[in-house]
Amino acid sequence: MANADMFHIRTEEAPVMPAPVSTTGVIGWLRQNLFSSIGNTILTVIGILIAYWIIAPFVQFAIIDAVWTGSDRTACLPEEGAGHAGACWAYVKAYLPQFIYGRYPVEEIYRVNIVYALFVALLVPLAMPSAPFKTVNALLFLVVFPIVSYFLLTGLVIGDNVILPIVETPVWGGLLVTLVIAVTGIVASLPLGVLLALGRRSKMPIVRLVSVIFIEFWRGVPLITVLFMSSVMLPLFLPEGVVFDKLLRVLIGVTLFSAAYMAEVVRGGLQAIPSGQYEGAKALGLRFWQMMGLIILPQALKLVIPGIVNTFIGLFKDTTLVLIVGMFDLLGQIQSSFSDPTWSSPTQGHSGYLFAAIVFWCFCFGMSRYSIFMEKKLHTGHKR
Amino acid sequence: MSIQEQHTAGAPARASLLNDPKARGLFYQILLVTALVVLGYFIITNTLANLERQNIASGWDFLDTTAGFGIIQALAPYSETSSYGQALFVGFLNTVLVAVIGIFFATIIGFIVGVARLSNNWVISRLAYCYIELLRNIPLLLQIFFWYFAVLRAVPGKQEKWSFLFGWFGLNISGLRGPKPVFEPGSEFIGYALILGIILTVIVARWARKRRDATGQQFHTIWTGIGLIIGLPVLAYFVTGMPIALDFPVFVETGPRLRQGFQLGTGFNVIPEFLALTAALALYTASFIAEIVRAGIQAVSHGQTEAAHALGLRSGPTLRLVVIPQAMRVIIPPLTSQYLNLTKNSSLAVAIAFPDLVSVGGTVLNQTGQAIEIIAIWMIVYLSLSLITSAFMNWYNQRMALVER
Repeated sequence: MANADMFHIRTEEAPVMPAPVSTTGVIGWLRQNLFSSIGNTILTVIGILIAYWIIAPFVQFAIIDAVWTGSDRTACLPEEGAGHAGACWAYVKAYLPQFIYGRYPVEEIYRVNIVYALFVALLVPLAMPSAPFKTVNALLFLVVFPIVSYFLLTGLVIGDNVILPIVETPVWGGLLVTLVIAVTGIVASLPLGVLLALGRRSKMPIVRLVSVIFIEFWRGVPLITVLFMSSVMLPLFLPEGVVFDKLLRVLIGVTLFSAAYMAEVVRGGLQAIPSGQYEGAKALGLRFWQMMGLIILPQALKLVIPGIVNTFIGLFKDTTLVLIVGMFDLLGQIQSSFSDPTWSSPTQGHSGYLFAAIVFWCFCFGMSRYSIFMEKKLHTGHKR
Repeated sequence: MSIQEQHTAGAPARASLLNDPKARGLFYQILLVTALVVLGYFIITNTLANLERQNIASGWDFLDTTAGFGIIQALAPYSETSSYGQALFVGFLNTVLVAVIGIFFATIIGFIVGVARLSNNWVISRLAYCYIELLRNIPLLLQIFFWYFAVLRAVPGKQEKWSFLFGWFGLNISGLRGPKPVFEPGSEFIGYALILGIILTVIVARWARKRRDATGQQFHTIWTGIGLIIGLPVLAYFVTGMPIALDFPVFVETGPRLRQGFQLGTGFNVIPEFLALTAALALYTASFIAEIVRAGIQAVSHGQTEAAHALGLRSGPTLRLVVIPQAMRVIIPPLTSQYLNLTKNSSLAVAIAFPDLVSVGGTVLNQTGQAIEIIAIWMIVYLSLSLITSAFMNWYNQRMALVER
């Protein structure tokens, strides 16, 4: 009985202790992620230093030292003895209309605005998976919108009646040209790319050979040589008297170039469709184009939306190359504004390039987020 | 019964020729060929007529004409009296140089950033993420302009320099200067020693692999190889009496102002156009390679690492022998296309007037008007570079590919 004191049986649960401070909350997170070992701590310190070295001068230049208002270069000149001046945003503000519309006549700019508005109004519901009327929307965007915007941008003259005054393409510029080239390139290359992809998977040897040669040729050469080709060589191919304007020539080159990339994207989608779908369609007695149009392509194209968006991002970035053949896209327009003595200051170039970088980055980053979003949306249930 | 017999006895049922897949296929292909021939005829006749009207003699004779323009960086002997053909060759060499050096740095930076993206350290992985998202969403041409017009214009002028690495190297607006090795007689033996070292390393590696397969014993091939490849040339260097001298760039700080700065013909000079182009190409492509590397490493399932640990491998050998070989299978095909992209993108050199093939070709085109020939040369060169790179990478990929039964 005396031994009974030596045993202790706990009759109630011990109180739950909070987890050690060092493993939870902010401190726990810091310890685990940043300072778990000596090596890790060194890495953290180096990382923070690198970030500081990059961010601090950038903020200093773009925000703290920046000049936001002013009417000419004197506002942006560095003050006496103040060392480096900041970004000259006043110059970007003054030039903003030119960066967006180029040298498009001021009284006609409303037409460009209508095109921009139509573009957004048609693209946003098309991009939203939950929005209704996809087929009508796609038809409007891919067929009606290009025709309408063609007349809106270039002008419309029926007989002697000038409904919309003609605006020659050499005065187009800035973001307008960037968007026209990128969007036309992608919209026009889609059907061509689908045809080439089908051709590459065709059982007819000559069709396959022609498609393979076409695709591999355009994918093997740099875009800049394609642009040179379309601006120098294409006029030689045309009969005497037929003259394509520069923008049209560039558009032809860009379309053929991106069609090859599009074909490979679409081919990936076609390969991902199980052969049961083909066999099922054939068993139902569908002809080739019925099978493709009703069964295979709707599924395959949906699968490759992320790929199409990625091709578009690439094309959007590559439109900057047209400045080498003497067209004024956004970057070209910004570069040409550097020759204006009213705004010439040591930071003019930096400000212009920074503005271009921000605009391009916003467009491309937004599109890549959308592509990732669609990828997740389309891969429901396929994740391993 | 009788109907069946009748049917089998007669000739096989023939569909109408209109519905026969073979006949239709033949018809479409003939149609395609005809259309292509007509298009080709249209283009060729128009081109010939246009050339005749513009008085341009097509042909390759212009390649032997004197070029008459200078090239700021030539890897082969070149002067203004050289021919257009030589100018194009110099441009081609510059393209290859930019591509090779760009690929080298892009691979290193890309792998580092890709691994950093997977780091457990939050700061490091965020930094890598920001690097990738920032650089791959800004057009390459803009980045080239940034490096050329913003960064390399901010370095000191001709009369000053930033020096680093014990003052051996100097950077100013005329480019990056460093010591140039001067090979004196006897130095060829160092080259032979290097080749011998490489051959011996290959032999040792083969022998070590055979022995490991037979007995299971490991051999430190890497250390032996490093010893052979570096040690033999160093030995040869001393044995032959140190025949390689360093020619340091001469920097003059006094005297007439125009004479100040780095002196021509001394040391090794990397022109700013080259620096800007390779920096932009390497950093831009590295952001894509980093994503490829990350995807490749993530594609190796965690079970592989756990199994390797369970077998008693430490984390170094696990990474080297288990994870990386499997990740490489996923990495190589997209990596190839990034290398090709970099090679093709090197043609943007024309924007900052670095004399690559496109830039030199553009000058020749302007001077001679031989558009078709120049563009044909561009296309042929880039196509064959593409084909060679992809052939090499396909060969490498086949070696790395999973061997299945």
